[in-house]
Amino acid sequence: MSAPIQATIREQLGGEDVDVSVSHGMTVLDLPPARLLATVRRLKEELGFDLFLDVTAVDWPQREPRFDVVYHFYSTAQRVRVRVRTRVTEAEPAVDTLTGLYGSARYMERECHEMYGIDFRGNFDLRPILLYEGFVGHPLRKDYPKRREQWLIPERKPEPAS
Amino acid sequence: MNADPRRPAPTLDFLTTKKDELIGWARKFSLFPYPFVTACCAMEFMSVSSTLYDTDRFGAALPRFSPRQSDLLMVVGTVNHKQAPILRKIYEQMCEPKWVIAFGVCATSGGFYQNYAAVAGIDRIIPVDVFIPGCPPRPEMVIDGIMKLQDKIAGSKHPIVNERF
Repeated sequence: MSAPIQATIREQLGGEDVDVSVSHGMTVLDLPPARLLATVRRLKEELGFDLFLDVTAVDWPQREPRFDVVYHFYSTAQRVRVRVRTRVTEAEPAVDTLTGLYGSARYMERECHEMYGIDFRGNFDLRPILLYEGFVGHPLRKDYPKRREQWLIPERKPEPAS
Repeated sequence: MNADPRRPAPTLDFLTTKKDELIGWARKFSLFPYPFVTACCAMEFMSVSSTLYDTDRFGAALPRFSPRQSDLLMVVGTVNHKQAPILRKIYEQMCEPKWVIAFGVCATSGGFYQNYAAVAGIDRIIPVDVFIPGCPPRPEMVIDGIMKLQDKIAGSKHPIVNERF
């Protein structure tokens, strides 16, 4: 389906610290956080991945480093997706921001920041976007208690049924 | 009293009833709902209030899109913690007498949303008169719920003059 571009990615971007594989027909690049910005810049400027689809994280509580940060990009010319995955530790869950390359990254990084606590270096507007000011913790981390609620108003105590 | 021979003889000049029954009867047929619609139950709300099921038959259909003009708050859909202050403010803006229907299982108990975001039951924010479960509720259930609320209104006290007024 998308063999030529996959071969190009493997040829041009694969290296000793960038692992290129194929998962369910989609090219996947595993790389260290330090290589992220340079690799994505080449994906955008040389290989035509002009649409930033999403950034999210995966929490592996037992693993070190604990978090995967997963990016998806799309080439509107070739109609091909690519996945970029990097690992960050719990102690320093930080990657470089992609706002310099894709404007939409500002909003997606805000969501990933509030849900998983990933810090995007260089994105200076990491206010909550779906959550609210004052929310403590990161609800999509697996150590966030499932039923912990954070009220904005005092909870009303229902009267006992009469 | 009516001595004019050109006018028909008076009938029904007097009714004997109780004040609460009369006002309850009037109020139960003049419900003006404010739809606080947040989620997919809105589709069912549209269905039950439009031609096919037509809650207007029960005197409970004309939605007022201002809480100050309405006396029935229909909370239709999931309410989350970020919305909880809004819902309480809407409720407080409504004039007495006022009633609340929790429409659908999310408003009733949170449904399958038992997590950091959703409020499990709007009775943790405002008092609720009738809960209509279902995901979404059938129109028959909604009509039944409205009729139950009407029964409740008809059977309750309606103080016109109280200690505050």
